Amino acid sequence: MRIIIAGFGGQGVVLTGNLIARAALKENKNVTGMVAYGAEMRGGTAFAAVIVSDDEIACPFVEIPDAAIVLNQPSLDKFEPDVAAGGLLLVNTSLVKRGPKREDIDRIFVPATEIAQNLGQMKVANLAALGAFVRHTALVKEESVRQAVKDLFSEKNPALTAVNLAAFEAGLEESRFRKAACSASKKP
Amino acid sequence: MSEKILLKGNELLVEAAIEADCRFYAGYPITPQNEVPERMSWRMPQVGGVFIQAESEIAAINMLFGASAAGARCMTSSSSPGISLKQEGISYIAAAELPCVIVNMQRGGPGLGNIRASQGDYFQSVKGGGHGDYRLIVLTPATLQELYDLTLNAFDYADFYRNPVMILGDGILGQMAEPAEAHPYRPLFNLPPKDYILDGCRGRAPRVIRTLFLRPSDSLVQHNLRLQKKYARMQREISLYEEFETADAEVVVTAYGIPGRVAKGAVKRARREGLKAGLIRPLCVWPFPIEPYKRAVKKAKSFLVVEMSQGQFIEDVKLALECRRPVAFLGKGGGWYPSEEEILEQIRHLAAACLKGLKTQRKA
Amino acid sequence: MEFRRPKTLKNVLTHYCPGCGHGIVHRLVAEVIDELGIRERTIGTAPVGCAVFLYDYMNCDIIECAHGRPPAVATGIKRVLPDRIVFTYQGDGDLAAIGMAETIHAANRGENITVIFVNNAIYGMTGGQMAPTTLMGQWSTTSPAGRGQLGEGGPIKVCEMLSALDGPCYLERVAVSTPKDVLRTQKAIRKAFEKQIDGKGFSLVEVLSMCPTDWKLSPKEAVEFVNEKMKAVFPLGVFKDR
Ligand SMILES: Cc1ncc(C[n+]2csc(CCOP(=O)(O)OP(=O)(O)O)c2C)c(N)n1
Ligand code: SF4
Ligand SMILES: [Mg+2]
Repeated sequence: MRIIIAGFGGQGVVLTGNLIARAALKENKNVTGMVAYGAEMRGGTAFAAVIVSDDEIACPFVEIPDAAIVLNQPSLDKFEPDVAAGGLLLVNTSLVKRGPKREDIDRIFVPATEIAQNLGQMKVANLAALGAFVRHTALVKEESVRQAVKDLFSEKNPALTAVNLAAFEAGLEESRFRKAACSASKKP
Repeated sequence: MSEKILLKGNELLVEAAIEADCRFYAGYPITPQNEVPERMSWRMPQVGGVFIQAESEIAAINMLFGASAAGARCMTSSSSPGISLKQEGISYIAAAELPCVIVNMQRGGPGLGNIRASQGDYFQSVKGGGHGDYRLIVLTPATLQELYDLTLNAFDYADFYRNPVMILGDGILGQMAEPAEAHPYRPLFNLPPKDYILDGCRGRAPRVIRTLFLRPSDSLVQHNLRLQKKYARMQREISLYEEFETADAEVVVTAYGIPGRVAKGAVKRARREGLKAGLIRPLCVWPFPIEPYKRAVKKAKSFLVVEMSQGQFIEDVKLALECRRPVAFLGKGGGWYPSEEEILEQIRHLAAACLKGLKTQRKA
Repeated sequence: MEFRRPKTLKNVLTHYCPGCGHGIVHRLVAEVIDELGIRERTIGTAPVGCAVFLYDYMNCDIIECAHGRPPAVATGIKRVLPDRIVFTYQGDGDLAAIGMAETIHAANRGENITVIFVNNAIYGMTGGQMAPTTLMGQWSTTSPAGRGQLGEGGPIKVCEMLSALDGPCYLERVAVSTPKDVLRTQKAIRKAFEKQIDGKGFSLVEVLSMCPTDWKLSPKEAVEFVNEKMKAVFPLGVFKDR
């Protein structure tokens, strides 16, 4: 699965990609990741591209994602058109007011920023989104993500581990799923 | 089996270099390889090595000249415009037969270009770049595992042949993350003692490292002939490549580095469609691996070169094939990336042409 | 101060980060070129650094140079066209690291050019590596323990150093971190160009400037950093005027 994760700089886009990659690695899957670099980073939206596969990964860059996780409005506007027909779009409803427009793809809606606010730590919205993503795609096991979070945060900051995990659990529960309308017929 | 670690290519390169006992690094910031000096700046102090942010790439390569003459395993890294600046120094290091490792995470050119990945420095790397008749060993990894393994080997090649080794990557290889096994370092060769280094002549005659050969008695011609002998030996001894499904292939795709892995995906898909496609993927482009091409030419009807430049690698492919088969080309410079679909499309096209050729032959 | 857009400044939004000093310095250079009425005979050289897109903002002839080489390129232009006004616009990495040799020798020759040197104590464009002017103890991505731990030496004081040469006719260090400083900077830039017009030789204005992005500070904190930390190490003032 080719995944794009996009949002404002500071929303933890890279961390989200890193966690998916680490969880996949735990399950002995093949994985590659790329983040926008250099001048691409200036001016608002950051994005990461992650590929998870059981086969050897040939092409490490993502032009047509199977799934996009968009954490804000500009990212939705930018990446919604790119998603493959029959693919998947996860939207942070707290920060997206317009769209998504497409109906030929599965859609997941999660109020990620509100979940984070309720936990008192704005920075963990990405984990709420990740929770919703993992629940509906089962790309990696929930437990692998929990382990990856612990690996990344435990040494440095145990308190951060807890709030990240709490956001992840909330994301697992608090999301809505809408199936693509006749996605099969639109597949190229 | 050692554990797999997940790092960006640029970061993994640092870990491999340190594992291979590299203890001297000098470089100058340039995108897309900044993670190399950045990680070196805290990793080298941890292992008792030297990190210097030089004032320019010219300075950095000359610092390596000194560090290598003093006996350290040393490395510098940069990206295209910075590698251009290093060329003078590289020529001197090659002339003095000193070992070092130079990494080029290529970006779009010419000029200041852009910071997307590219392979536009192929000629510069394999045909010279600096002045004089010298050669570099040029390694071309396509995956982070290969980057790790070839970096370990690079230092051994450099010491064994007393020659600069280049790792020719690109912005994608440097920026992408992929799990890799961080093997412990084991030397490839029984390495000769460094009996040429300048560490003070206490107890021995003074030594000289030089590249100026003015007097007829120590003729520069002789020096060049000696170098050429070494290069010929490298050509006999080094040949690194991956051959994939070439045994019965009618269309053979060939590419190195990142396009090489994309091409592999395309070849797999072509096979699933029943097309007889194969791949030759050099892991070292100087010395250039000739044998797989010689083998493939027996069965193959046509070849397809894919490169992220405007037709540089293709020249060596044609030389290896001695122009015995038509060679199609898919490539652009300036930061263009090939997709599996584009390559697959070309394979289909060439396979169809093979078929047509066969039919007309039968008719006649 | 006037808030009309100078003719020499194009009417476009810049790509600079909020709180960056480059935009202010661009504006001041443009105003001076307007005031002196030299826009149509001025040739600027763009560095490699965040100001690489100088030609997008300055409405005069501009050549983009290789990293660090603007003083050499400007020398070439000025020698061929001695009656034109030639200036370089350079960052600290460009001027005082990779291009230090070009800087010193253009200064020493007394090349009749004007150098606008934007000292933000960091490599802005490449993402915050140590610059030759980074302060002792200052964090950067290649001095993660603070400058001074790895034998990097101290910050290079360009005006002080060049003042030892006979070539330069005018060297002044200014800042853009307070309204008063901005006014002073405009005067200094004007004077530097006037020296060139009068054929006096090499003039350089060093401008202490903010880079909130790579310093990891807010725009307000970045201004304080210039006023409290940078000015202490890089004292403002005239180092040469003849
Ligand atoms: C030969 C070469 N080496 C390195 C680079 C990469 N590079 C681009 S800008 C820059 C440093 C810019 O810093 P500075 O001159 O201080 O300008 P600022 O962005 O801070 O204004 C570097 C190292 C390059 N373009 N060319
Ligand atoms: S990185 Fe720094 S110097 Fe560059 S535009 Fe941003 S604030 Fe200005
Ligand atoms: Mg700077």
